[in-house]
Amino acid sequence: MTRRSITGFVLAGLAVALLLALGVSHFASSEPDGLERVALDQGFAGSATEHGTAGSPLADYAVSGVQNSWLATGLAGVIGVLLCFALGAGLVLAIRWTRRRPAARASTPRS
Amino acid sequence: MHIPDGFINAPTSIIGAVVAAGLIAVSIKKAGDTLDDRQLPLAGLVAAFIFAMQMINFPVAGGTSGHLLGGCLAAVLVGPWVGSLAMSVVFIVQALVFADGGLTALGLNIILMGYTTCFVGYGIFWLLRKVLPRNRSGVTMAAAIAAWCGVVAAALVFTFYYAVGGTGGAPVGTVAVAMIGVHMLIGIGEAVITGLTVGAVMATRPDLVYGARDLRPALVADEAAR
Repeated sequence: MTRRSITGFVLAGLAVALLLALGVSHFASSEPDGLERVALDQGFAGSATEHGTAGSPLADYAVSGVQNSWLATGLAGVIGVLLCFALGAGLVLAIRWTRRRPAARASTPRS
Repeated sequence: MHIPDGFINAPTSIIGAVVAAGLIAVSIKKAGDTLDDRQLPLAGLVAAFIFAMQMINFPVAGGTSGHLLGGCLAAVLVGPWVGSLAMSVVFIVQALVFADGGLTALGLNIILMGYTTCFVGYGIFWLLRKVLPRNRSGVTMAAAIAAWCGVVAAALVFTFYYAVGGTGGAPVGTVAVAMIGVHMLIGIGEAVITGLTVGAVMATRPDLVYGARDLRPALVADEAAR
């Protein structure tokens, strides 16, 4: 049998990720996470130092200069999702580029 | 669970960075041995989805929140080698662009939240698959339980970091108990999200689930019959 295309699946998955980042991230809890909670309770939270990229325009998942906090977070999320998609796919593309073997082509009609 | 700069001392962080670089090199080599065309967009999709899910902290008991780590999910969907690379991409983007997770702690974070959850999760998933039913719900259940184990394992790995190079002088024993306790709760969220996601992919495109590739002929035939 032929293998089904995955374009539709990837586009649908990407749409879900974008929706989560754009719409749902606003409702995320802002309470300290598990590690932060332990650090606070155990008294080593103060050891944290200023982040090296704290001045980044997207620091802390908010686009600097955007007043509306929902929009600032949502846009930062969208940028992050697209960046991760591009870098994840790009990394695999680069690996494949350096490893192009005849076996990889021959295996295509496998299942 | 992103470790900021300062929690773990510089020598330990440097060792973490070297070890993480080595692990990524191994993943690149291993992923290259088995790559097929379809893993290219799927690797991007897994990284994108996990980035989005990690933005969504859910509340757990006592003024504390947690979010998906996602290594087990990534490993079940695209395999542990490609999965660990997708996870590494997420942590690199978070640290460099979003100031989440320290720069000196980046290697530690990649090992903690990426490799630990990926490989502990996938190992347990693989064991559970042997005892659970060989069908969609068996795969989903195995992924969910393994995801919980991966988060608890990550809490143990942090405790190990803290024992080796922790700052602030908290006793290691109490850090261990606190980390494991809170992450047993956060792990429930991880298990639910992993189970729902794997279940949804198994329901729509079971042929794309790396962790269920032994079931592929049966599942595809099953789908064709419907």
